[in-house]
Amino acid sequence: MHASTEFGYNSKIEGDAIHTRVDAALNWFRKNSLWPMPMGLACCAIELMATGASRFDISRFGMEVMRFSPRQSDVMIVAGTVTYKMALAVKRIYDQMAEPKWVIAMGACASTGGMYRSYAVLQGVDNIIPVDVYVAGCPPRPEALLDALIKLQGKVAREPVLKELVITSRKKALSIPEKPAEVPPALS
Amino acid sequence: MPALDQANQLIAQFGDLLSAPTEFRGEVTLVVNDSERIAEVCAFAKNSLGFDYLVDISSVDNYGDDPRWTVVYELYGISHGQYLRLKTNVSEEKSELPTVTAVWRTADWHEREIYDMMGIRFRGHPDLRRILMWEGYPYFPLRKDFPLAGKPSEMPDVAFSKPAPIEGGPFVAAPGGKDAIEREPRVRTPED
Repeated sequence: MHASTEFGYNSKIEGDAIHTRVDAALNWFRKNSLWPMPMGLACCAIELMATGASRFDISRFGMEVMRFSPRQSDVMIVAGTVTYKMALAVKRIYDQMAEPKWVIAMGACASTGGMYRSYAVLQGVDNIIPVDVYVAGCPPRPEALLDALIKLQGKVAREPVLKELVITSRKKALSIPEKPAEVPPALS
Repeated sequence: MPALDQANQLIAQFGDLLSAPTEFRGEVTLVVNDSERIAEVCAFAKNSLGFDYLVDISSVDNYGDDPRWTVVYELYGISHGQYLRLKTNVSEEKSELPTVTAVWRTADWHEREIYDMMGIRFRGHPDLRRILMWEGYPYFPLRKDFPLAGKPSEMPDVAFSKPAPIEGGPFVAAPGGKDAIEREPRVRTPED
């Protein structure tokens, strides 16, 4: 069936409508209102605040809503040095975020441990949580963080949302057991 | 030199307990020969000489020398504006000092940091526990025999630690090279 712009709908009478796929629509909604959870641990947090301020407005992308509650946020921006002492707290907060969730490792310390190759610093937050975008810099400029957020928006746009929903519901219909999510002992 | 005057007053009070004052660039240092009496010396310094501000307590690991630890007290008097430094040596077998928390309350956290990083205990401390690393961490990181990269440790539900990848050595900058490429921090072998 060829793609056609003719469909039984008269925009002059009923107003504007957009013809699209559910996946594209859901992803568009999600990517244009990604609410960050700022895990601002060190100096990168200052640049994160600068990105949220008026000069490098993060509100242009709908992300000015910095929800400090993991239940209400979509993307965790790990900005700063993750020490081993803090690592459990970061993991707990990540586990408490609701799906779908993404992680941005902002700066050198969150990506790989940065200049702190020492006994106290976790060498990269990707040792404990899955990271979607890494931002290089010490600290990265606000423009670099915005670039990373735009790349994350691109990743969100490509997610096969409906396909996964369909697969999950078909599994349920056929009674295929889901693998239960691992509950870390600290939370059980 | 006013700080020297106060150092001499301390020596007048305590006699042989203190060494002769050394001076370097205007900074006066006294060595307390018996580490057990450091609290007395500090109390006198605060109450009679007006050193009411403890700037810092730090510790030095003289790895290979005996006594192994040197603990350095930096004092300052807000009213007279003079600095004084008191040093005391502690041997490794003892690894213990009386606390000066009763003299200056700020010594609480400084002594906790020394306990955390070096393992020197403070007798009479109100709450001697680790302050930077987590409780139960098995090592003392700033000792000279502890590697910079760290050692693996595991405390389920609290924290874990793994050795960091040092990739051939600490990255060291070499000052005074003719351009930035020569000076940049990288692994340097001793013949460089």
